[in-house]
Amino acid sequence: MGVNYHEYLREKMMPHIWCSGCTHGIVTKALIRAIDKAKLDKNKVVVVSGIGCASRMPGYLDFNTLHTTHGRALAFATGVKLANPDLHLIVVSGDGDAVAIGGNHFIHACNRNIDMTLVVLNNNIYGMTGGQRSPTTYEGDISSTSVYGSIGSPVDVVNLALGAGATFVARTTSYHVQQLESYIYSGIVHKGFSVIDAVSACYTAYGRRNKQRYKSSVDMLNYMKNNSVNISAAREKNPDELKGKIIVGIFRDSIEPEYCEEYSKMVNKIKSR
Amino acid sequence: MADIRFIQGNEACALGAIYAGCRFFAGYPITPSSEIAEMLSEELPLVDGAFIQMEDEIAAMAAVIGGSLAGKKSMTATSGPGMSLKLENLGYACITEIPCVIVNVQRGGPSTGLPTSPAQADIMQARWGTHGDHPIIAVCPSSVSEMFTETVRAFNLAEMFRTPVIVLSDEIIGHMREKIVIPEEGEIPIVNRKKPKVSPEEYKPFKGEEDYVPPMAAFGEGYRYHVTGLSHNEEGFPIQSGELVHQMNVRMHNKIYKNLDKILKNEVYMCDDAEVIIFAIGGSARSSKGAIRHLREEGIKAGLFRPLTIWPFPEDELRRVCSKAKNVLVVEMNLGQIVFEVERVLGCTGVRVDGLFDSSGEPFTPLSVANRVKEIIKR
Repeated sequence: MGVNYHEYLREKMMPHIWCSGCTHGIVTKALIRAIDKAKLDKNKVVVVSGIGCASRMPGYLDFNTLHTTHGRALAFATGVKLANPDLHLIVVSGDGDAVAIGGNHFIHACNRNIDMTLVVLNNNIYGMTGGQRSPTTYEGDISSTSVYGSIGSPVDVVNLALGAGATFVARTTSYHVQQLESYIYSGIVHKGFSVIDAVSACYTAYGRRNKQRYKSSVDMLNYMKNNSVNISAAREKNPDELKGKIIVGIFRDSIEPEYCEEYSKMVNKIKSR
Repeated sequence: MADIRFIQGNEACALGAIYAGCRFFAGYPITPSSEIAEMLSEELPLVDGAFIQMEDEIAAMAAVIGGSLAGKKSMTATSGPGMSLKLENLGYACITEIPCVIVNVQRGGPSTGLPTSPAQADIMQARWGTHGDHPIIAVCPSSVSEMFTETVRAFNLAEMFRTPVIVLSDEIIGHMREKIVIPEEGEIPIVNRKKPKVSPEEYKPFKGEEDYVPPMAAFGEGYRYHVTGLSHNEEGFPIQSGELVHQMNVRMHNKIYKNLDKILKNEVYMCDDAEVIIFAIGGSARSSKGAIRHLREEGIKAGLFRPLTIWPFPEDELRRVCSKAKNVLVVEMNLGQIVFEVERVLGCTGVRVDGLFDSSGEPFTPLSVANRVKEIIKR
C-alpha cells in the first residue's frame, strides 16, 4: 500500500507557492513517506522552518508547524525539543537558510547532538528573493548577484555537518526519490542530530540562468542522475575525477550521547544526591 | 520562619522566575546579566526545568520562543549588545503572540560601551527596537525585592496577554545586594496562559476572545496548528488581504492598550502637595528618592512619580499626578529619552518639564538630583 498523502497535507493551503520545475515537492513527498514509515504520531511531530521557498513547506503539512525567522529554525527547534523531549522535531531549511544566515545555529546543533532531523533542500540559490547567489552556488555560475559568475567554491553541507559533529549525515538528490525517503527515514529514527543534504532543483531562478548546463527543468534532474557518484565509488576516484560530481550516500551513522538524554541524566543524578 | 536573604538583584530575578513558574531558560553570557543565567543553570534542574546556553543571543531568544510553544514558561536575560540581537526574534514573539520574558540589565552604550556600568539608554529600544508596529510591555524594578516581584509580574503579564514582556533593569539594580524577604508560595498569585476549551477542529490559535487574547495550546497537545511570522489570519495561515492584516495588528494592539488597568503600575511618592515632581525609574529613582528627602527637610515640596510599568506609558496617571505640580524633572541615565514621552503627555498642561541626564556610567547622587531641582525651581 502506498502512503495516503492526503492524511498529511493541509489541502486547503494548496496550491503551493513553488514554481513549475521546482523539486521541493519531491522532497516534501519523500519526507511524508519517511514520517509515515516511522509511524510517528502526528500530534507529536513538530516541523520547523526558517525563511525561503523550502521554509514554506511546514504550512502545507498537518503537524505542529513553526515557520520562524531567517536561519533560526534550528534554534527554535532546540527550544521546543528541550522543553518537551517527547516531541519529534524535523527542521526543513534551504541552503541559504541553513548554512549562510543560519550557519552558526547549524554548527552548534550538529555539535550538541540534540535529537532532531534537518533536511536541507539545497537548490544552490536564493529562489524566493529572485535568484541571488547562495553559499552552495557552484563556482562560475550565474545568479542575479553573480552576473559574471560566482567566485569561490561552494560550501559543502555534508563536510560542514561532519566537521561540526552531526551523528547522522547523508546526501542524495531529488532524482533519487527512494534513497531520499530512506535517508530521511534513517535520520528520523536516528537518536541524535541528523542532517540530510537533499539536492533540489530551482529552474526558475537558477537553471534558467545557467543554460550551459541546463536547457530545461528536466535537465536539472538529469544532471543529478548523471553526475551523482555513490560514496563508495567516490573513494576510488581522485579529486579531479570528482569535480562537479554530487557524492551521495550515508557519510556518518554513529551513536553518541544525545543532549536531552544527557540533560535528563544530569537532573536525575543531582536530584538523587 | 520567613525566608530572608541578602542577595543580588540578578539573583532575585532568577528566584522570582522560578517562583513565577519559569521552567525554561535559554541564554548567552553577557555582563552585567550573567548571574541570572548562572543561577538558573543551578536552580532549574532542581525543579525539573531546562536550562540551555545557546550559541548566540539570537538563538537564545529563538529557543525561548520554542520552549514557550512547547508549554513551558520561558525566559532569557541579557544586556544592550545582546538585546540588539534579540530584537529580531522579539518581533517574532510579538506577531506570533508567544508569552515569554526578556530581562535587559542595562549597561552603558552604544555598542560595547560600558559593560560593567549602569545606563538607562535602552528605554526607547524596548518600546520600538524590533521593526514594525507592535505593542510591548516593559517593567522596571528599582530594588532587589522588586527584581523578584517584577519578574513574577512580568511572567504573569506575559501569560495573561500572550505577549513578550521585557524586564528593563539596570546594572545598579542587577548587581547591588539588599535584604529580600522571599514571598511564600501562594503569596503572589501566579497566572497561567489560557488553554483552548474547544476541539482541535474548532480551535483558532489567533482568534482573540473578549479580552482580545487568544487561548494558546502547546505543541504536542493535539491541536496541530501553524505558527508563522508572516501576517496571518485567525487560523495562523499567511494572508495578503490588507484588511485582515490591519485587523490582526489592531487586535494585537488592543490586547495591550484596552487592558491598561491590568498592566500599569506606578509608585507615587509624596506627590500630593508636591510643587516639583521627579519622574524616574530603576536606579535613578533611588537617587531621586534620597534627593526628595533632602529637599523636604529644606522645605521644598518635592515628590516622585515612578512607573513600574514603563511600556505602555502611564499617560493618564502621569497627567493626574502632575496636575497640581509646577515642575517635572525627568532623571535618567542617558542623554534624554523618556523625557520626550513625558513632554508629550504633559506638553499642553502648563507643567514645565526639565531633565537631568547623565551617560557617564556613574549613578546619580541624591545631591546632584536635589541641586538640579533647586536650579529649576529658582528660575
